Amino acid sequence: MAVLLIAEHNNKELRPFTLNAATAASQIDADVHAVIIGQNSETAAKKLSELPLIKKVISIEAPHYENFTAENFAPAIVKLAGNYSHIVCSANTFGKNLMPRIAAHLDTSQVSDIIKVISPDTFLRPIYAGNAFATVKTNDAKKCITIRPTSFEPCESSGGTATIEKGEAGEEFSNTKFIKREEIKSDRPELGTARIVVSGGRGMQSGDNFKLITEVADKLGAAIGASRAAVDAGYISNDHQVGQTGKVVVPDLYIAIGISGAIQHLAGMKESKVIVAINKDGEAPIFSVADYGLEADLFEALPQFMAELNKLNTIQK
Amino acid sequence: MSTNPPDDNAIEEAVKIKEAGKATEIVAITVGEEKAQETVRKALAVGADKGIHVKTEGALEPLAVSKIIQKIVEKEKPDLVFMGKQAIDDDCNQTGQMLSALLNWPQATFASNIEIKDNFLEVTREIDEGLETIQINIPAIVTCDLRLNEPRYASLPNIMKAKKKPIEEINVSDLGIDIKPRIEQLKVEEPPKRKAGIKVANVAELVQKLKNEAKVI
Repeated sequence: MAVLLIAEHNNKELRPFTLNAATAASQIDADVHAVIIGQNSETAAKKLSELPLIKKVISIEAPHYENFTAENFAPAIVKLAGNYSHIVCSANTFGKNLMPRIAAHLDTSQVSDIIKVISPDTFLRPIYAGNAFATVKTNDAKKCITIRPTSFEPCESSGGTATIEKGEAGEEFSNTKFIKREEIKSDRPELGTARIVVSGGRGMQSGDNFKLITEVADKLGAAIGASRAAVDAGYISNDHQVGQTGKVVVPDLYIAIGISGAIQHLAGMKESKVIVAINKDGEAPIFSVADYGLEADLFEALPQFMAELNKLNTIQK
Repeated sequence: MSTNPPDDNAIEEAVKIKEAGKATEIVAITVGEEKAQETVRKALAVGADKGIHVKTEGALEPLAVSKIIQKIVEKEKPDLVFMGKQAIDDDCNQTGQMLSALLNWPQATFASNIEIKDNFLEVTREIDEGLETIQINIPAIVTCDLRLNEPRYASLPNIMKAKKKPIEEINVSDLGIDIKPRIEQLKVEEPPKRKAGIKVANVAELVQKLKNEAKVI
């Protein structure tokens, strides 16, 4: 049986992690179908059909699908589930909210946040904030899997010509209503997919001081991250939080500034290719994962860092 | 045994709502081995009125936990169920969503703010793109984010008083549900260790290393 991928989108664009989830789905079985649930979502459905990994697109539209609620989406996917061995989506806030609702309807024990497909029923997943990796085998006939997007490469996004079929909408769930979404718009790269992330912690001491980080991030074309302590203190909004209860990032370069490096933070960034830590406490645990550590007062180091970057002839973007 | 951190936020929110006169009774429930009862006792010490401990042995998957809580919800008939958004050991992030599916109730996951209206809630949820607000009719499930509130500590007199509050013990075998694990853990291993890095003397050296050695800028 084929694998069903749940596309994440805003009716016009696919959300980027859909491509990573498609890669993971194709490692389970080459026969990947994708379902897209929305309203006036033809543009996004077309883009989905162009992913060469996708063999068939099922488009389900209804007014109550204009905004995502798990209560509305889950029954539509459950209706399709009979034809599939696996249902797959990303373990971001979209998939975390949706997949367990599907799994419970199907009486299936979900496997969350896998980082590797070992075989169609066996997967690798991190536990204890990434301090251990568990190999797990699911014995359920129908398998509900969420994947850690940063552990799978995004797939090709053009060249495919999958057919688009219409699927049947489910009833509206009237006890939940979407009110509004406050998306923080920014010209910077998305935190989850950025090549470089510059993050600040409690050591930044105020929201105003984050402008030192903003300058460096702009210079490097980087996304801005933060520790939970910095978000809790109100220095920066929640969508920047990196860590066990925030986002997991795996950039080429992660620069941790004024972040001590609690295990909950390390869980979200320690797979980064190159890690830099700037902290005045030489004993801070962040130095244990840093490739390059600089023991310094960040309020002196950051302006110097900008000055040094300005001296460079070229900066990779 | 300590309470899972976001579950402390769930208990705190329930207590705040009762203190505001918008709830009449708080029932704290845990599922697990004998020592799990300590978490219910702690909830009683910060303001819950009575406790329920469903006794189980061995590993439990979120699907099993949600089926157990479903049984208790059907018996206790609460208007709201507050839970933590994820466990910090297995990081599954499933139980609240599964429970709301089984009950066919609304779910507000990753809640960072809750406004109680007449017979509905307005909940602000933390999502990857920022914040989202939804309206959910009661009865409903809310899973709590760490920023929802600041959990209080129990005072010594309240800890003493909590010892007199009732905890109902239920054997899971009496609930008549299948809780056998469906997932086998074949192996647990340490992740690959990072190679030890170096300390640089100054910012100029750092930038040189990033440019010429790591070649990332």
